[in-house]
Amino acid sequence: MCATQADQAGLAQDVPSGGARDATVAASKALDFQGRPPAGVLSGQIRRTILEQSKRAGVGHIGSALSIADLLAVLFGGALRVPDVEDPERDRLVLSKGHAALALYAALHATGWLSSEALASFCTDGSPIATHPEHVVRGVDFSTGSLGQGLSYAVGAALAARIQNSPRRAFALLSDAECNEGATWEAAMFAAHHKLGNMIAIVDVNGQQALGYTCDVLDLSPMSERWTAFGWDAHDVDGHDLETLGQVLDGLPVSGRPQVVLARTIFGKGVSYMENTIAWHYLPMSDLQYEMALSELEDGTA
Amino acid sequence: MRNAFVHALEDLAARDSRVMLLTGDLGFTVLERFAERFPDRFVNVGVAEQNMVGLATGLAEAGFVPFVYSIGTFASLRPYEFIRNGPLLHMLPVRVVGVGAGLDYGHNGVTHYSLEDIAVMRAQPDMTVVAPADAAQAIAALRATATITGPIYFRIGKADLPVPGLDGRFELGRLQVLAAGADVALLALGSAASEAAQARELLAARGISAALAVVSSVQPAPIDDLVELLEDLPLAVTVESHYRTGGLGSLTAEVIAESALSCRLVRQAVEVMPRGSTGSLSSLNDAHGLSARSIASRVEGELLREPSREAASGWQEPARALARGETV
Repeated sequence: MCATQADQAGLAQDVPSGGARDATVAASKALDFQGRPPAGVLSGQIRRTILEQSKRAGVGHIGSALSIADLLAVLFGGALRVPDVEDPERDRLVLSKGHAALALYAALHATGWLSSEALASFCTDGSPIATHPEHVVRGVDFSTGSLGQGLSYAVGAALAARIQNSPRRAFALLSDAECNEGATWEAAMFAAHHKLGNMIAIVDVNGQQALGYTCDVLDLSPMSERWTAFGWDAHDVDGHDLETLGQVLDGLPVSGRPQVVLARTIFGKGVSYMENTIAWHYLPMSDLQYEMALSELEDGTA
Repeated sequence: MRNAFVHALEDLAARDSRVMLLTGDLGFTVLERFAERFPDRFVNVGVAEQNMVGLATGLAEAGFVPFVYSIGTFASLRPYEFIRNGPLLHMLPVRVVGVGAGLDYGHNGVTHYSLEDIAVMRAQPDMTVVAPADAAQAIAALRATATITGPIYFRIGKADLPVPGLDGRFELGRLQVLAAGADVALLALGSAASEAAQARELLAARGISAALAVVSSVQPAPIDDLVELLEDLPLAVTVESHYRTGGLGSLTAEVIAESALSCRLVRQAVEVMPRGSTGSLSSLNDAHGLSARSIASRVEGELLREPSREAASGWQEPARALARGETV
């Protein structure tokens, strides 16, 4: 296995975040996000919901969901310009790593767009709310689950916005292993060629995939250089540093190039025995494990 | 048919600002005028069919009606999962335009032959599948499906000759009967209608009365029309430039079985993967039993095996001659 998390992901440890900061836009300042909880609160709520619902349903993908809890907290805490999930002029979000749908449902619930009743139907018979997201659920823009497709959807959404002279943007949240898929790079080439500055990809660089570490399965390093070589502005960020994440997402340069945030994350973040552990891609929690996870969460968010 | 279809698409785009055209870097001499007339709604996405369909999904979600254009195999097979999880799953109005029906691409070889596109597309319950027989019908089909809110697959053949008697008729869920007949029904998938129509003439010269119908609305399937046409006939012969499984022959078998018809079915289709077998379309049609003569020959041979007909009419002698290898 690889030496460090950053090595696994093909990222250098101390790369400064952000790119050309001189040409920034105060992204969401003008819009009204009153009543939305701040990212710090959201992140704790998202993690708790992930644990509660995955335990109740007896399902896995917990580590993958915890990995992006902070990213979604920042997005739903204000980085996404979504006055309402049915507003046609809202920013679009594609959770391309669809196996972390529970984190998205948790975020939608924490922001009030998904009811507690709907959330409680997670993985029950007949419910559309299951381990991969379906667009029929309020607040889910695109159905995903097959890796490598989401970036194309988002780039199409970004192209649509440009043709329609709309200020809306398209976000795609990818896993790092998803960059194994060739179609991801088809979409990356297209977005850069067409100078889609309203396209923002966030890669959850946790260095793990289903059966091993990314550096052992299919090496993705150097991740940042790969994206920049494809014509994107790349921003290496600690994917659990809410403040910096917020600053980066709010201050993305208007460069005429698509933007990618390479978020260094810890798989299973917040539950010590899950962190950086391959098995927690699939495992459900036992009762004891659940109690441990909850108590760690309490400690961490106290 | 390609040019007529794309020109009709220009008319549609002029009336409907949601219409876009994406191409996977194909369509030389066919797409230029659209690109000039609607530069903001034309994108050559490069040689990347998966991304093309993914883009179309994102565009359609925002209100566009994107047509994605490539050679049939590249339009249907390469991005198949994108089509399934994108336009189909989201029920968005993406139109997949596959150019080249069956063996149309002749000298280009097997990578360019669309031999299973109908099978994979009609396997999807929400995919409208259209295989026009000629240019006029392609235009009619484009117009008739313009307001469908889900995805559509268009199989656009390269043939330019009009099918006699079709006169641009098209209706979703219906077939078009070109001629009545008492001995056998010839059912042609889209542009196979041309050879089937000539086969009917050859058969008529032999005293065989063949009904002829074009199936271009593959899905929704013309179930009622098929039942009505076949319920009093002893034999149906499907003709398609497509593999034997999954296309019009399979569709007809389903209708016959599920409606408990007594009609016997013969599926005239491409039986084997044409490895190392290239050539002009006419030579390929000959080689795969899809030329008028080979269709007629097959029909005669099959009718010979039909005991109830043998006693009833006097045409069996020429068919036997044909079975001995003589020309029709």
